[in-house]
Amino acid sequence: MAATFFGEVVKAPCRAGTEEEEEDEEERRETPEDREARRQLARKREVRLFRRQTKTSLEVALLEKYPCSKFIIAIGNNAVAFLSSFVMNSGVWEEVGCAKLWNEWCRTTDTTHLSPAEAFCVFYHLKSNPSVFLCQCTCYVAEDQQYQWLEKVFGSCPRKNMQVTILTCRHVTDYKTSESTSSLHSPFLKALKTQNFKEPPCCSLLEQPNIAHDLPAAVLSYCQVWGIPAVLYLCYTDVMKLDLVTVEAFKPILSSRSWKGLVKNIPQSTEILKRLMTTNEIQSNIYT
Amino acid sequence: MTDNVPAVSVGNVGQLAVDLIISTLNMCKIGYFYTDCLVPMVGNNPYATAEENSAELSTNAEVYSLPSKKLVALQLRSIFIKYKSKPFCEKLLSWVKSSNCAKVVVLSSSHSYHRNDLQLRSTPFRYLLTPSLQKNVESKIKSLNWEEMEKSPCIPEISDSEFCVRVPGGGITKTLYDEGCSKEIPLAVLLKFVSEGDNIPDALGLVEHLNEWLQIIKPRCDDPTASALPWKIPSSWRLLFGSGLPPALF
Repeated sequence: MAATFFGEVVKAPCRAGTEEEEEDEEERRETPEDREARRQLARKREVRLFRRQTKTSLEVALLEKYPCSKFIIAIGNNAVAFLSSFVMNSGVWEEVGCAKLWNEWCRTTDTTHLSPAEAFCVFYHLKSNPSVFLCQCTCYVAEDQQYQWLEKVFGSCPRKNMQVTILTCRHVTDYKTSESTSSLHSPFLKALKTQNFKEPPCCSLLEQPNIAHDLPAAVLSYCQVWGIPAVLYLCYTDVMKLDLVTVEAFKPILSSRSWKGLVKNIPQSTEILKRLMTTNEIQSNIYT
Repeated sequence: MTDNVPAVSVGNVGQLAVDLIISTLNMCKIGYFYTDCLVPMVGNNPYATAEENSAELSTNAEVYSLPSKKLVALQLRSIFIKYKSKPFCEKLLSWVKSSNCAKVVVLSSSHSYHRNDLQLRSTPFRYLLTPSLQKNVESKIKSLNWEEMEKSPCIPEISDSEFCVRVPGGGITKTLYDEGCSKEIPLAVLLKFVSEGDNIPDALGLVEHLNEWLQIIKPRCDDPTASALPWKIPSSWRLLFGSGLPPALF
């Protein structure tokens, strides 16, 4: 309990998360109907991978079905826009799977007819080199779904001869520094890499006490534990919606050794990006 | 071998205490406790002392060891995913049992506002021992004049409720203790009554208390000018309360 400035006694939030006693109490009071409702909710929240073209589920994990040497994952709309403009437009990519998931933030139910404005998670491979994979993920993957996502994508037999790159954005107020965050020149890029990632990253490493969260953290943890070379590029920005300056902050990654051959025409890609911004602005007009 | 485990509890005191132990003893990372029960997070080495060792990636549950003191520490850095705390306890105790530890010490904390009048007037530290550890360490614990955690009504709202061990705000502490009793695991709980806030002094208090028993580091009683706190604060404890303030605020 804590007293507020005005003298009222309130229950203070606990950094330990949900009280163990509250969960125990909840379980003791649960009726069979509550348990069934909880099971149904868990089933609704299950992560499923399937092929949109054939409307069939993927029976095995994506990277167990296909060999993979390189896997680039974009999480969030700015990272997705970057890959769409600079990588996907430099080659022919074929869709190999789509993740269907539901949670309180991402309520996509029909993944066969997705509009560009809807949240989605789609996997592609490069037709000219099918071991190069790409994931475009704009939907939020909740904490109870992240491990399922990893299992469905990476499977239980991780391949050590692949390299993983993850791109995502965080709000600049999440970045801890001894200066005030208002004095930081955002957007800026920071990197976190696993022990087996030997290439020098394209920007400075993320300093302690800063940490990464959510799906990017889940993927990087998996890669660290299983010895897979992986790097996470975090773009700290003050604009979380689709923004040209934020997307362009990822550009240093284009000079990575491992991205050689994946990026062909940068001026053309920049034009494509500008058009993507304009299209999105029209769609976000609240009067249409 | 002694295994130190924090419970994710009020003020994160157990976790802060394990950070102090790992940092002061310069313990080596020997593995990961990879589980789907904890919220994922990653960052660079929280115990970095120089540029050379600052780039090692750390995850949400890691195991450290100091063979010279036969000490192993498991550090948990994030909270449990909903409904996953019990499965985690089962996995943890199963690992502990298979690793043949001589004893497991759970470092934890409990809400200070739950104390009764007697507890308010006494030391803020409490301990618990499972029966399988009691016979080995009870005399040592008694010689330290430590206070055992008192039992309280299992259901406080009912006047004639039975009494049992309760650890409000202790996260998985009670589950680990109860399972430790039933699975005959030599387990001790060491906790402090705390409130949320700047819990660094609480963590220092808890490790000093633990040190009275385990003698992890020798107290510096020979040099009166030396600081009373030989514990090394990890570099990751910087900016615990956020970034710097904008000068324009003033």
